[in-house]
Amino acid sequence: MVNNNPKTLLDKIWESHVVYEEESQPSILYVDLHLIHEVTTPQAFEGLRLAGRKVRRPDLTVATADHNTPTWDRAKPITDPISKQQLTTLSENCKEFGITLYDMNHPLQGIVHVIGPEQGYTRPGMVIVCGDSHTSTHGAFGSLAFGIGTSEVEHVLATQTLRQFKPKSMEIRVDGSLGFGVTAKDVILGIIGKIGVAGATGYAVEYTGEVIRSLSMESRMTICNMSIEAGGRAGMVAPDKTTFQYIEGRTNAPKGEEFDKSIEKWSSLNTDVGAEYDKLVCVSGDDIEPYVTWGTNPGMVVPVTEVIPDPEFFDNLQEKESAARALKYMGLKSGTPISEIAIDRVFIGSCTNSRIEDLEAAALIIQGRRVNANVSAMVVPGSYAVKKEAENLGIDKIFKDAGFDWREAGCSMCLGMNPDILDPGERCASTSNRNFEGRQGKGGRTHLVSPQMAAAAAIAGHFVDVRDW
Amino acid sequence: MEPFKILKGKTVPLDRVNIDTDQIIPKQFLKRIERTGFGEFLFNDWRFNNDGSLKKDFILNKDIYRSSSILLTGDNFGSGSSREHAAWALYDYGFRSILAPSFADIFYNNCFQNGLLPIILPKEKIIDLIDESINNDGLELTIDLESQVIFNINLEINIKFDIDPYRKYCMLNGLDNIGLTLQHIDKIEKFEKLKN
Ligand code: SF4
Repeated sequence: MVNNNPKTLLDKIWESHVVYEEESQPSILYVDLHLIHEVTTPQAFEGLRLAGRKVRRPDLTVATADHNTPTWDRAKPITDPISKQQLTTLSENCKEFGITLYDMNHPLQGIVHVIGPEQGYTRPGMVIVCGDSHTSTHGAFGSLAFGIGTSEVEHVLATQTLRQFKPKSMEIRVDGSLGFGVTAKDVILGIIGKIGVAGATGYAVEYTGEVIRSLSMESRMTICNMSIEAGGRAGMVAPDKTTFQYIEGRTNAPKGEEFDKSIEKWSSLNTDVGAEYDKLVCVSGDDIEPYVTWGTNPGMVVPVTEVIPDPEFFDNLQEKESAARALKYMGLKSGTPISEIAIDRVFIGSCTNSRIEDLEAAALIIQGRRVNANVSAMVVPGSYAVKKEAENLGIDKIFKDAGFDWREAGCSMCLGMNPDILDPGERCASTSNRNFEGRQGKGGRTHLVSPQMAAAAAIAGHFVDVRDW
Repeated sequence: MEPFKILKGKTVPLDRVNIDTDQIIPKQFLKRIERTGFGEFLFNDWRFNNDGSLKKDFILNKDIYRSSSILLTGDNFGSGSSREHAAWALYDYGFRSILAPSFADIFYNNCFQNGLLPIILPKEKIIDLIDESINNDGLELTIDLESQVIFNINLEINIKFDIDPYRKYCMLNGLDNIGLTLQHIDKIEKFEKLKN
């Protein structure tokens, strides 16, 4: 049968969530899952209170404490009084409005984008929002998931809807296959390097192609997570068997007959043959190498085999200037081989790369070796469940024996709102998602890499090509 | 939210691209639980030395620009973190409008929720405005949202700009989106019933 009205995955999810539409106005879109955390919500609850409004659907709202939580001894009081106040405020707000909270002492606490999928809250076909730009992570399940600001958080709390203009659609097709030592992190760094940090602005990206299909859910999440670093409103992957297998049996996922029915429904969530995207980008998986960022945004990236670029070779004046400024901030000289850059710190963690698969991959690299004497290295699992699973598998022991710090779950040095920060001038190989100036601590220098590359750098004391490991 | 009708103000050129919200308001200042008081931390790491003194060569610190309310800047302004604190900080500092060739999506949205008008202009126009601002120690401009024009007193500058009509309407009237949406509560209830 010929489909006369072929639709993209984005069209399907969008259309099934429009509550109300009027010409030239943003649509009122229904929100199935609203995730909240301590940093971007205090002012939203305050707004509700001032207007005498309630949370419309506390049952569709889930809260976590993650950004400020210490990763050391949690029995001790939090030293930063303002961090503490933010955490307390979240607890009080959740209590007042009847919202489920995974607080610092909850046995399943973790980074919001790690525990959503892990606890089975994130499912195909949903509209998911959170006051956090990396909400795009959840799109790996074939949902439309995106970050919003605090005023919008308040809007969702009050109405369970959002006013949104429909984004344009972009297909990023990754065909071929990935070589040995090349990971999902390299795929997304390669894509951002290619299309630029604003290359997907205004678009919801759907990742397709053989490479994407062959990836685990963890890897798909890594890719969708960093869609925002290319400016994308959302990143998504159509659900398939891998998705369904991941969801089955999760605490908040449908069970039994209901699960079977869900699969039937979810199976139609894909882009129809003949449907057109507004833009197409093709990448060959075979061309992707392990990457290392050299500058102060995730688009400033080169393969580990290359050298620091020369700003003179950039296209226009502005790019030349930003490259030169980035090199100055990073304390790097053009022409230096990436493999000669010595590092001081290693951070394995963040909502990009802190799931069990990431920790396993890194552990394989370091097994039986020792962290370089000049390097201090830490692992921060994305959630308590990940931490526990790793401990059951004995992975914690591999890290500890190698000289890594094994920490409690949270955002930690991804943004350093808790005490985990870089000192000025310190250079870090990090599995997180942002290498902006000062992101991991004022004056700190961040190089984004995959967990394997971070692990190898920790042992060698400088960047190395994991393919030669 | 304050309605935005006509803004008369002075420009300050911040000629960089990809300015991310981590630069606009570094994370150590995100911990307040109010919407106000973020202005003093705006561009903190660019504005201040480690000892808290002002960095003399940073453009916002120049005396002539202290009272500027219009920020002129490069592509992809406001990228990165969704923190609305970035819009609050710019507003609290005194900015009421930002002119750039492009903005990051979430930041762009956040501005409208706070009476801060982001205006997208063609890159050549922005480059001209930045050059003229530098040559004249800032330009005195009027931004008339109703008629969608930016002009100066002798009309040497007279630029039309585009804006989505719904956002314009909300800005002109200082309207709270939540109130508007709640007018459709019956449709939300109906949607929820059908969904179950
Ligand atoms: S891990 Fe980093 S990017 Fe992810 S939610 Fe936490 S702070 Fe944001």
